[in-house]
Amino acid sequence: MMRALESPATLLEPLAEPAAARGRAIVITSGKGGVGKTTTTANVGAALAAAGKRVVLVDADIGLRNLDIVLGLESRVKHHLLDVLEEKVSLDEALVRDKRSENLYLLAAAQTREKEDVVTAQMKALIEQLCERFEFVLIDCPAGIEMGFKNAVAGAHHAIVVCTPEVSAVRDADRVVGLLPSAWRPELIINRLRPQLVRKGKMLSVDDVNGILRLPLLGVIADEPGVIVATNKGEPLALDPSSETGAAYRAIAAKLAGENVAAPTVRVPANGSFFSKLGSLFGGRA
Amino acid sequence: MLDFLKSLFKPVVPSGETAKERLRLVLLSDHLSLAPDVIDSLKRDLMEVISRYVEIDSEHADVTFEHRDREIAMLASIPITGVRERKAPEATVFPSPNDAHAAQELAPQLETVAAPKPKANPAAPPRRRRRKKYAAAAAAAAAAKRTAQEPPQVGNQASAQA
Repeated sequence: MMRALESPATLLEPLAEPAAARGRAIVITSGKGGVGKTTTTANVGAALAAAGKRVVLVDADIGLRNLDIVLGLESRVKHHLLDVLEEKVSLDEALVRDKRSENLYLLAAAQTREKEDVVTAQMKALIEQLCERFEFVLIDCPAGIEMGFKNAVAGAHHAIVVCTPEVSAVRDADRVVGLLPSAWRPELIINRLRPQLVRKGKMLSVDDVNGILRLPLLGVIADEPGVIVATNKGEPLALDPSSETGAAYRAIAAKLAGENVAAPTVRVPANGSFFSKLGSLFGGRA
Repeated sequence: MLDFLKSLFKPVVPSGETAKERLRLVLLSDHLSLAPDVIDSLKRDLMEVISRYVEIDSEHADVTFEHRDREIAMLASIPITGVRERKAPEATVFPSPNDAHAAQELAPQLETVAAPKPKANPAAPPRRRRRKKYAAAAAAAAAAKRTAQEPPQVGNQASAQA
């Protein structure tokens, strides 16, 4: 929590940054599966694009393609990442433009291939190529810490670690942080927080989680039905102006873009106010 | 029925706390590459060594690990109930808080907790205690008890300073 306040400085890591005028490749990772990496990638990407940034989302989860579903682009995918790596099609042929935004593109994962089919050096070169054309390259990392993880991290300059307030997720996040390049200072998104459970002491709090991980906090996302509804429809919640969770994603995107906004957080109602509204309080202008 | 009544009076630990403690331990063993049973035997051995020098209440002993940044500290709270007869008395007890600090400096990983005031009645049996509060208090109490039997200098010093 504390460190999140310093993050405008940590956001712009001088060490791993690419040369000026080139994009920034950020891998979204977690170790554990099912914590919301893909949803986070889709929403942060959509929010960045809506804010005028040129964004490409790379689904690095070879064999388990999902990012296209969350974005509602599944019917548009004709080619995939491995087609590009194996030079079967050009990058332009494989990039799928988003329905809603001219700034947002998707490079889908191969559905019928395996993670071992990707050559790390080729993946790195591809991400570099994308950095020349886009301001943000968000890489949706597969679960696990094997080949797929290594390939997803290979070309990145920075990492966002997604973690839910669960023992297993925090443990895996801790492990993943240890596997990332030591010069990086990964940022943390705590996903699926349930403020009522935290209030009753039945769920790890933001401080509990980050007391252990000690990463700059990018934001906290509440566990709310809107996320499921949005995924059902294939419309990122970040584009819904009335959604508080959408606003949290937009604030995260603004932070990533270097704006000086507070990390969005989820308000935990005071103990005792049993019927107090499950509201969220978002920092900054979001 | 009896179980139900018992459950009414048992202090309820919120599961979030349980999760926190489990997470702590699992990360500890991850970071130290120690299996949980190795940590258990570490605790056992630690108590055994301490009990060579002083009598301890192992039932109320508590060894915990605390995360500090990216490192882990071990905190031991072990109530001392009495002093064993030894030839070299200065080596057998923590005679004063100052010496306790010196011991900490020698072994920075093993910490004891600062001494609260000694109880009014040091001879009373140990009550249910809160964690991490009592190690040095018990040392002071043990010293005070010894003062009553034979008058050495250290006991007074300890209670005066505490």
